[in-house]
Amino acid sequence: MTAIGLYNYWIVFFLMMAGLYVVVVSTNLIKKIIGLNIFQTSVFILYISIGKVEDGTAPILANGFSVYSNPLPHVLILTAIVVGVATTALGLALIVRIHAEYGSVDEEDIYQNEPSD
Amino acid sequence: MEHHIVLRVVAKILIPIILLFALYVQFHGDYGPGGGFQAGVIFGSGFILYALIFGLQATKSVLPPSVVHSMTGLGVLLYTGVGVAGMLKGGNFLEYGVLSSNPVAGQHLGIMLIELGVGITVSFVMVSLFYSFAGYRQQELGHSETATNTQAHEQETVDNPL
Amino acid sequence: MEAIVDFALLTLLALLAVGIVRLRSLFGAAMLFGIYSLLCAAIFVVLDAVDVAFTEAAVGAGISTILILGTLSITGAKLEVRHTSPLAPLMITTVIGAALIYASIDMPLVGDPNAPANLHIAPEYIEGTRADIHIPNVVTAVLASYRGYDTLGEVTVIFTAGIGVLALLGRSRRKRKPVQDD
Repeated sequence: MTAIGLYNYWIVFFLMMAGLYVVVVSTNLIKKIIGLNIFQTSVFILYISIGKVEDGTAPILANGFSVYSNPLPHVLILTAIVVGVATTALGLALIVRIHAEYGSVDEEDIYQNEPSD
Repeated sequence: MEHHIVLRVVAKILIPIILLFALYVQFHGDYGPGGGFQAGVIFGSGFILYALIFGLQATKSVLPPSVVHSMTGLGVLLYTGVGVAGMLKGGNFLEYGVLSSNPVAGQHLGIMLIELGVGITVSFVMVSLFYSFAGYRQQELGHSETATNTQAHEQETVDNPL
Repeated sequence: MEAIVDFALLTLLALLAVGIVRLRSLFGAAMLFGIYSLLCAAIFVVLDAVDVAFTEAAVGAGISTILILGTLSITGAKLEVRHTSPLAPLMITTVIGAALIYASIDMPLVGDPNAPANLHIAPEYIEGTRADIHIPNVVTAVLASYRGYDTLGEVTVIFTAGIGVLALLGRSRRKRKPVQDD
């Protein structure tokens, strides 16, 4: 297991930067939500990698196993996943209403259609 | 049109199994992977699959929106009710040891009840989200139109209420 | 052996993320996002997080993808239009990524049983589940009993998201009435 080294963390940082890049560069609102979800999922992998124990097994007590992976990050990430989907649902509902109001999901078009008052 | 028949037959076979599996995951969350959240999402997915294949109106006659909206609150009420029951029996909020005669049985009862509350809320919130998104599309269109946008499955429910 | 599976899955995930960034078609990006979530679930299984893998597969590949597809259907958006030059954000994200990688050199290796994260309170939870609660699934015991208050907050967040979407999108009444804005 120490053969993995730090590879998990480097991939996590690459994914975080990919998600951040999508959020910053894209002017399409739906693409931004997808980028945000990529960012969130990479953070989940970070936490679960921290909780992994070499030669351990899933944290379900059973005869014949003595080393278990750390259950605490699993609990935190379970909550985080569900909160993430709640945020995504609300964000998408806002996008639907923005589209009904302004006729487009592209930021540039929305800025142009905004009444300047 | 033939491929709709395959979808309908397979869905009729699979959806009861999906709902049963959701109940299995809910109540065996103590002994294996599973628990309230996973079971709630699987249960909600069963109803969403039914809506995708048989149409939104058929699903709303099976599971009316008023029922869905009231059940979402029921889960949170159950969870908080277990916490308050612990207080009424002399312990702290969400203390399970006092719920039953011996502490271990109390823990089992408390964990089962709150996982049930979580499962109920999550499943009906997923169905409610789907009703909101799919129902908005129908409100906007007002009537069925031919599928120019083949990107989403919801289109099938609008122009083909099977 | 597990290390090879871990390497392969993570590399595939990175390639998939590059694909999502480069793709202009929104439907393609949504589909790739579903595959991305499912691959993350596989990685969680390799890292011994079976409960989390279950939830991520159901929620990420199921509900999130359906909601994104529903939004694409309602808004009719098809292609992403590229307006701005990507040079400055690219440089900024590269600098931040390099700083993060430099900071991670001090972290304990993946799988280290003596890492501070694995010595803090996890052994107490595992022993407590065995002694006091008597259920095999430690994650459920911690979620429902030791950290029950956090789970109450989580259920409330899900409920709030449900009623928030109801407030935004209306209750999809049977008769075709116009949506009333308050």
